[in-house]
Amino acid sequence: MTAPRGLTIAQARDALRKGAFTARELAETYVAAAEEGARLNAFIAHTSEQALKQADAADARLKAGDAPAMCGIPLGIKDLFATEGVQTQAASNILAGFRPPYESTVTRKLWDAGAVMLGKLNMDEFAMGSSNETSAYGPAINPWRRKDAPDTNLTPGGSSGGSAAAVAGDLCLAATGTDTGGSIRQPAAFTGITGVKPTYGRCSRWGIVAFASSLDQAGPMTRDVRDAAIMLGAMAGHDPMDSTSADLAVPDFEAALTGDIRGRKIGIPREYRVEGMPAEIETLWAEGRAMLADAGAEIVDISLPHTRYALPAYYVIAPAEASSNLARYDGVRYGHRAKIRQGEGITEMYERTRAEGFGDEVKRRIMIGAYVLSAGYYDAYYKKAQKVRTLIKRDFEQVYADGVDAILTPATPSAAFGIGEMADADPIRMYLNDVFTVTVNLSGLPGIAVPTGLSSQGLPLGLQLIGRPWEEADLLNTAYALEKRADFAHHAEKWW
Amino acid sequence: MSELSYTEPKPKTIAGAREDWELVIGMEVHAQVKSTAKLFSGASTTFGAEPNTNVALVDAAMPGMLPVINEFCVEQAVRTGLGLKAGINLFSQFDRKNYFYPDLPQGYQISQLYHPIVGEGEVIVDMEPGVARRVRIERIHLEQDAGKSIHDMDPTMSFVDLNRTGVALMEIVSRPDIRGPEEAAEYVRKLRQILRYLDTCDGNMQEGSLRADVNVSVCRPGAYETYRETGDFGHLGTRCEIKNMNSMRFIQQAIDFEARRQIAILEDGGKIDQETRLYDPTRGETRSMRSKEEAHDYRYFPDPDLLPLTIQQSWVDRIRASLPELPDQKKARFVQDYGMTEYDASVLTAETANATFFEQVATGRDGKTAANWVINELFGRLNKEGHGIADSPVSAAQLGTIIDLIARGDISGKIAKDLFEILWTEGGNPAQIVEDRGMKQVTDTGAIEAAVDDVLAANPDKAAQAREKPSMAGWFVGQVMKATGGKANPKAVNEIIRAKLGI
Repeated sequence: MTAPRGLTIAQARDALRKGAFTARELAETYVAAAEEGARLNAFIAHTSEQALKQADAADARLKAGDAPAMCGIPLGIKDLFATEGVQTQAASNILAGFRPPYESTVTRKLWDAGAVMLGKLNMDEFAMGSSNETSAYGPAINPWRRKDAPDTNLTPGGSSGGSAAAVAGDLCLAATGTDTGGSIRQPAAFTGITGVKPTYGRCSRWGIVAFASSLDQAGPMTRDVRDAAIMLGAMAGHDPMDSTSADLAVPDFEAALTGDIRGRKIGIPREYRVEGMPAEIETLWAEGRAMLADAGAEIVDISLPHTRYALPAYYVIAPAEASSNLARYDGVRYGHRAKIRQGEGITEMYERTRAEGFGDEVKRRIMIGAYVLSAGYYDAYYKKAQKVRTLIKRDFEQVYADGVDAILTPATPSAAFGIGEMADADPIRMYLNDVFTVTVNLSGLPGIAVPTGLSSQGLPLGLQLIGRPWEEADLLNTAYALEKRADFAHHAEKWW
Repeated sequence: MSELSYTEPKPKTIAGAREDWELVIGMEVHAQVKSTAKLFSGASTTFGAEPNTNVALVDAAMPGMLPVINEFCVEQAVRTGLGLKAGINLFSQFDRKNYFYPDLPQGYQISQLYHPIVGEGEVIVDMEPGVARRVRIERIHLEQDAGKSIHDMDPTMSFVDLNRTGVALMEIVSRPDIRGPEEAAEYVRKLRQILRYLDTCDGNMQEGSLRADVNVSVCRPGAYETYRETGDFGHLGTRCEIKNMNSMRFIQQAIDFEARRQIAILEDGGKIDQETRLYDPTRGETRSMRSKEEAHDYRYFPDPDLLPLTIQQSWVDRIRASLPELPDQKKARFVQDYGMTEYDASVLTAETANATFFEQVATGRDGKTAANWVINELFGRLNKEGHGIADSPVSAAQLGTIIDLIARGDISGKIAKDLFEILWTEGGNPAQIVEDRGMKQVTDTGAIEAAVDDVLAANPDKAAQAREKPSMAGWFVGQVMKATGGKANPKAVNEIIRAKLGI
């Protein structure tokens, strides 16, 4: 018997428990799917053997009646997660050949829950990018295409572009992502899937290649909200190895999905109506309001007055942390090391190693980061940005103190764009992709992107819900209510 | 227990070719925290292990690895702060100091620039009895040590040993209150003594557990006092920092050289460049390492991998309650309780183990006698043989018994020294040895009288002379002592001889 494709985690879980097919059969189906999906360039490494081994172990647990929700579920893993003995390069040449002797806490938890690893997923180099184009492996491709340009390759977004493409293309049931400024939510919106950025500290960062430590969070990228709830439950939890991980119990997120949001107060922030935003995004947002109102929520207009400073503050803080976090890639202990010539020393080794190993966007951010931290500029940039960050956080605190339960915004300022379309643009145009998402990272809040409609070109569009800290359960339930009313049943037509 | 009063010493003056100069010295001492594990990892801190064996994943800065604070190291820093009478900051924070070096895997050192764990304290630096310098401590912060680069193992390659990477250091920063090379060395010695009392640093300078960066400047007499009144560093000269000194002797030599170098420049009409210098002990000079312009831009910022370190006052109070008696208090108590000199008290309190040994000997006995025996006989002998108190062949109980035997009149002081020698080489029960080997002092006057009679009878001429010249009696005492094998009570012998001679 062969296992079918197109199932959600919840459907597969129920079928596996019922014995409709085995975990091994499901793994075989997806090992093949992942390999067939080569043109999407989503998988950069396949771990098929490991997948089958894990599937057999999952079958044993299923048989024994000891099968957690993720048991036997085939997943793709973003290349930012350290996976023991499996290449982990953060899609960068500087980590060429790196196979960690350790497993990240989040993936360890998934494997402990019985999940199956199909392979590693493409991403922007060191998670720096919004289109997956900075990857050393070349861009992942969005399974979706424009009606009027069916041959043009579109970006799946970034940085978790490979994860988004793999889930949207049904190369795996779900994938891990990481989100520093929108890297889960933007690609989810670009590919018509669901993506959650949990509260900062909900998922352990141990074993995830660091980009910006105070902003990075791992989260699930799934077909729907229920799957996100199931997978987040398996990923989350306190980790004493990560000092910023919160020692809080993980609630049963799936159990919170009642769809009942009557009386919930949903805030619509006026500052998110940005200049030049396409009318269809405006319409999508209005539709989302109506859907939540229809579900019985109270819609209120709110103000988050410091929103316009968020993007500049983000592009000071994130590069500052990155410039320091990436200092370890020096060619001394692992990864790429440049050859040096007679008479050259350690300085030349550093310079050439990093010049050869890092791509342009990573170099740009390291330079920005080093600049904003340097003597004489620290106060004007880094310190100022931290103050802005505090103000942005306060904006949210005020709104929540006033009784708002969640905030509804567009997830992205546009639908997916073409690969290479931004190549000649000012890098700041690319950074504008994060305009709706960075505030959430700066404030450490949970956010979720849910597909709610299609663009005129037939591309998926998503809305973002932002929740109260640590109240992912409530946020997921609000998203669930939105999802039900949006009833987004579209799929990318297979062309690959 | 109160502390002894003291007066401050005069600053060291160096006569230049034209005028007199004074020295102003501040120190940054890096003390390795005594802890079995590193500051942010569980790797061992054992010295002398095979290269790269005490290395956790985070020490090697593997991708995605995160630091987790070792609470014991924090406790040790707090304990050290309390021992230096310093304020403890309940809120402190770790910052990253960014620079590239092969023995710094992360590309940054985790340190505490903006919010150190310990604030202002003091060290009383003893110079001689009754004279001490109060050196103010500005701050103590926790930071990671770096690894070791090895350049002399291969002609074309360098090697890196990460065993020391991430080991916890306390950087103890003084104010510029040290006024001469000797004071600088004594400051390090006193700091080391306190840290060893607190058991927060083993103070082993050869192994690099204690290293000092020394800031030296010179000024005209009176300028320093103006600085102290105003707090304005502008009254002081430009300083140079001599890095990484790990010997008291070299500290003194380097300061002396550096001060004279600066004076020569100033008297020549030149000016001092603020710079970092290294001391070369073989040539006895300091050399420029890098100038202010070449100084690194460390791009400090709060480490986002670590939450601010907040500790509870109640925890600090518990640590305070567990502090041992510290050198200054112990010394004062010894002077007051045992009536010994400040000098003897200093010798006995140099190390906790010495003081403990002494107190075991002195308990229930005369303090001064005990101090004499411990310092002169025991320490003298230990020093001669290169032993520490821990491997003393003579125990406190044995030494105490010797003193008891003297006090009871069982043995003379001279015999006691023989007994000490027997215990040192052979060991055993002192009272038993005295008994078995017939070392007991003869106090039986009958026996002494008989011995005196014999001597007098054998030397009639001398006896006659002695009656004329009483100072001759001493000769007879010696003869009688010789005849009794030294066991006769000399006082009794003297009295009997004088009685028999009628003098």
